[in-house]
Amino acid sequence: MKTLNYVQDLIKEAEKRKVKISTIVKEYEAQKRETEIKEIEKEMLKQWQVMKESINTGLKEVRRSMGGLIGGEGKKLQDYLVKSNTLAGEKINLAVARALAVAEVNASMGKIVAAPTGGSCGIIPGALVTVQEELGLEDEVLVDALFTAAGIGIVIAKNASISGAQGGCQAECGAAAGMAAAACVELAGGSPSMAGHSCGIALKNILGLVCDPVAGLVEVPCAKRNAMGVSLALVSADMALAGIESVIPVDEVIIAMGQVGENLPETLRETAKGGLAVSDTGKKIAESYKQEK
Amino acid sequence: MREYSVFDILGPVMVGPSSSHTAGASRLALLARSVAGGTPQEVQILLHGSFAETYQGHGSDLALLGGLLGLGPDDVAIKDAYNLAQEAGLKYTFTPINLGESYHPNTVKFIIKTANNEKITVTGASIGGGNVLITEINDFSVELKGDLPTLISNHYDVPGVIAQVSLILAQHEINIAFMRVFRKEKRKIATMVLETDELVPQSVLDEILQVEQVVDVRFVEPI
Repeated sequence: MKTLNYVQDLIKEAEKRKVKISTIVKEYEAQKRETEIKEIEKEMLKQWQVMKESINTGLKEVRRSMGGLIGGEGKKLQDYLVKSNTLAGEKINLAVARALAVAEVNASMGKIVAAPTGGSCGIIPGALVTVQEELGLEDEVLVDALFTAAGIGIVIAKNASISGAQGGCQAECGAAAGMAAAACVELAGGSPSMAGHSCGIALKNILGLVCDPVAGLVEVPCAKRNAMGVSLALVSADMALAGIESVIPVDEVIIAMGQVGENLPETLRETAKGGLAVSDTGKKIAESYKQEK
Repeated sequence: MREYSVFDILGPVMVGPSSSHTAGASRLALLARSVAGGTPQEVQILLHGSFAETYQGHGSDLALLGGLLGLGPDDVAIKDAYNLAQEAGLKYTFTPINLGESYHPNTVKFIIKTANNEKITVTGASIGGGNVLITEINDFSVELKGDLPTLISNHYDVPGVIAQVSLILAQHEINIAFMRVFRKEKRKIATMVLETDELVPQSVLDEILQVEQVVDVRFVEPI
């Protein structure tokens, strides 16, 4: 495949050849780079290792963010779920703790993988590490799943956006949730078309989410939206694995997402001029942050 | 149009918090450093648009200084860039500025005094996901993404210069991937930006400089 334009193309090709979506995406990338599949797998393994390290770093130590608004929430949730019977279940809380931890590492100038952006970097690692642990999978399989996530991300970038400034938070945490859902379905042995449905279901749930960073920082509400993204990804994957379909086909959802993004006013696209950024508390935080500097 | 790579979507590996304001800032500064031929002596960093608004909260200041010192966007040492700049003797200022509507909302202008006492200005934008575009060098418009080896030359705008330069590259089996020529006025100085598949060694640059109408030539390594 020379171009990745639609998720449906990936699904069709994968089902025709009875392979995983990741196989098609790997072939696309190797062809594009004029290199061996082994080489790009090696490169993706590095990304995967950085993702795992970022989780460990974030859960090990409490790190204050650059703007001082967040820090330690991932660890707090992890401590809680060890001590208490959670309401939503241990696994999903653990995934959320991991996603929060990575978001905190990002906000404190630690090393992360933009997935697809810095603001949404906790969702894919949080979901995938949790599924890896649950199913006892090898890193090589996880690397494959990352190619699936990235292939879907390419389609979203082309037909919608993966930038909050262009498309709001749906383009960042939303895209990450859709990508992660499809990757989780593949990891669980679901079909390519199930992966597509999971992505469609996830994206439909965040359509229209605005980007309204308090004081313009990648902290509030960004970190906690990673919690939303990772739980949405896992729930959407489970729904698709159960055989639930997205009535609106995934590619149409992505196109709708692009249109919604274009229709969002500028105040709700990363400018810190709308939404939570202009709430009373948001404005106070922005004001005191400015004075501090 | 260049098709997306999977690593444009999952990547870059970077120091947070923002791909555009931290990783992009670092890459812009790395490119400016490369144009300047190494760590500068002095730099005035002018910040336009959202860089002017939020550069400290995103660590853009640290990433910009780090990049000028040669630290990549995934180097956790950029958190310590102020101390490292002092150790390296790099003098710097940060000034918010309004360059006007025609500039991308995430633009930085570097006014650099190089190690060789040359004055160079480099203007560029962080265009999302850590990707950058250098738009001006010494007030000449260019378009430089920094993902390929790049040759930038100024020459007198007369027929045949481009052919001579490309012939020299061909003789050394250097393939041109993308090419742009800009000028302010007909038959005055024109700027040529050649993105190549191979690195261009100093000996080839010297040879290009021998072409009579070529005023100067510099090579920018990919970042």
